[in-house]
Amino acid sequence: MAINWFKYSAPSTFYALAGKLAPWFAATAAILFAAGLYIGFFVAPTDAVQSEAYRIMFIHVPVSILSMFIYLVMACYAALGLIFNTRLSGMMASALAPTGALFTFIALWTGALWGKPMWGAWWVWDMRLTTELILLFLYLGFIALHASIDDPRRADRAAALLAIVGAVNVPIIYKSVEWWNTLHQGATIKFSGTSMHVAMQEALFTMLLACWAYAIAMTLWRVRSIILERERSTTWVQDLPEFKR
Amino acid sequence: MSVSEFFAMNGYGLYVWGSYGMALAVFIVEIVLVRHKRQITLRQLRIMRDAEGDE
Repeated sequence: MAINWFKYSAPSTFYALAGKLAPWFAATAAILFAAGLYIGFFVAPTDAVQSEAYRIMFIHVPVSILSMFIYLVMACYAALGLIFNTRLSGMMASALAPTGALFTFIALWTGALWGKPMWGAWWVWDMRLTTELILLFLYLGFIALHASIDDPRRADRAAALLAIVGAVNVPIIYKSVEWWNTLHQGATIKFSGTSMHVAMQEALFTMLLACWAYAIAMTLWRVRSIILERERSTTWVQDLPEFKR
Repeated sequence: MSVSEFFAMNGYGLYVWGSYGMALAVFIVEIVLVRHKRQITLRQLRIMRDAEGDE
């Protein structure tokens, strides 16, 4: 099946596509959240070491993974925008940033609430936590820089540069638990296998997919508003049924 | 397992529910903000179009 992907790089086509896809991703997210929480709280057994506190993992790990992944996707869109000068790329980067920032915030918050009972501290200045905090500042910097420049195309380019330079932080977050001494545990699920109980793996994986679908739905809905705002003088926006009264 | 035992989370209730509660709150706020932005954008575009039509 040959799909002309460039067709969907036109804001007018993508606006309609995003409107069609977003409810499906939202529904998928709702179902997967329900399933993931059910497995996480009622099927997965109590942890031998961390008792019930380990259940924070089912939200902490997915949002943390996605906080990094969303940043990379945002940086890729930013780079595409710089290279090909496509309008939609900058809009997608702008639409991803708030969701990425909120996921980073939840990662830090749930990490603090997990750290307190397990380490005895809400916060420690080790590399995993510090680089994740820097990730939050990069998202906020991207949003603030974009908002501070009136011309949206110039704002796209300036913010894109920040996003691309900041991307170097993501592999540092990922590798920080190996490179530096830390309280934060390393990855339990590795490509070589895992020691985790199967129900815990299922809950974790389901919650990861749920967060993923949620992030996509939010981004698609948000980009629709950004497209409308920035394409408002075009005839296709004027002809939209939701715009006519 | 009783309901109160479930919510107590073996003494970790504050931490577990504090985590999931905040995540839920953030998700709800984000959904509200995204909907709000959509309505604001449509309203602004209508105002601008109507203003242009008057000229």
